[in-house]
Amino acid sequence: MRVTRTAKAGTLESNDIFIMVSPSEAEGVTLELQSIVLAQFGRQIRETILRTVAARGVTQISILAQDRGALDYTIEARVETALDRALAEPGVIL
Amino acid sequence: MKRLRRTMLFVPGNNPGMIQSASVLGADSVILDLEDAVSLSEKDSARKLVTKALRSWSFKTTEVTVRINPITTVYGPLDLEAMLEVQPDILLIPKAEVASIQEVEARISAYEAAKLGGEAVRTKLFALIESAAGVEHVHEILASSPRLVGVLFGGEDYTSDMGVARTMGGMEIEYARNKVAVACKVHGVDAVDTPFTDVDNHEGLLADARKAKAMGFTGKAAINPRQVGIIHKGFAPDPVEVRYALRVLEAMEEAEAEGKGVFSLDGKMVDAPIIQRARQMVALAEKLGMVKGSTASKDTKNANDSLEGGLV
Repeated sequence: MRVTRTAKAGTLESNDIFIMVSPSEAEGVTLELQSIVLAQFGRQIRETILRTVAARGVTQISILAQDRGALDYTIEARVETALDRALAEPGVIL
Repeated sequence: MKRLRRTMLFVPGNNPGMIQSASVLGADSVILDLEDAVSLSEKDSARKLVTKALRSWSFKTTEVTVRINPITTVYGPLDLEAMLEVQPDILLIPKAEVASIQEVEARISAYEAAKLGGEAVRTKLFALIESAAGVEHVHEILASSPRLVGVLFGGEDYTSDMGVARTMGGMEIEYARNKVAVACKVHGVDAVDTPFTDVDNHEGLLADARKAKAMGFTGKAAINPRQVGIIHKGFAPDPVEVRYALRVLEAMEEAEAEGKGVFSLDGKMVDAPIIQRARQMVALAEKLGMVKGSTASKDTKNANDSLEGGLV
């Protein structure tokens, strides 16, 4: 499945993560991750994002993630919300 | 003795940092808010975040309440369905009136039948009474669902509905407060008072909390973590009253040992209501760690001795 619309979720506040998903021309998942704890937790954050995207069956997507120290469940929540928004039928209230 | 709800602290449901720290702020219950604290464009985001937090995050011993959106809005049923999947301790139902509580009750019952094979969810309900109709029908509301364990009175929306100004004195909400407190006592549920909105006025909050306690409320909502300790102070038993209650129970034990049915203390007759109030007072003091020992063990003499300076 591929994303055909751009959508955002989350904020740049402490303990949160801002996620923007958008259509990608290339096959696969492209992830650009910025984080205040990139050195310590970059791999874990990346894995959480990719796992959440895969669980939704999305295989072609571009993701920008700006992390401010979010816990795993917050990362999952923000990624899922962004995907829900990007994949929702127009006019559907989420 | 049932769980204490001296404070129910509102926490915005779309703020990860505040949700993470909710359990260390000292409140007896935290209200993860999906309603007024969340803009219309972020309802989905907050619902998802709170759902994930309830699945993954430990709130330790703090009771977790979730305020959903009114069931009459498009968001209310979505919130309810999502929350039933994770079953918080309490769901706070806003704009509570008989019809809205019945609607929530019916939806929960349908969920139990469809998803749980008839098994009951663990989640209980709190009615947020914040309208003139809600206040006038508080008894009917409390009778409309066996899951209700309390009422939170919302003074701001109530006065808005009444079309009257909100004042520091609070005369305009006095009738509603009395009615809610008495109705809750009749139905055996908790009565939680409206938040005090001037977060920098600590003296005013303490006085308002004491007033609510005197009216029969069991707790008060908080909108800022700094209010929690002040409200607890306002709802704490007076050490002088606790000491007297311990003496009543001690005198009662002596009277029982001597086979007396009626007895007096300090020249005043002690009857059943005084003994009952003394038992409640001591039980609360024990729960708050103000006294050691237990009335259940009939060790009131030791408990009385342990009330050093009012607090232990």
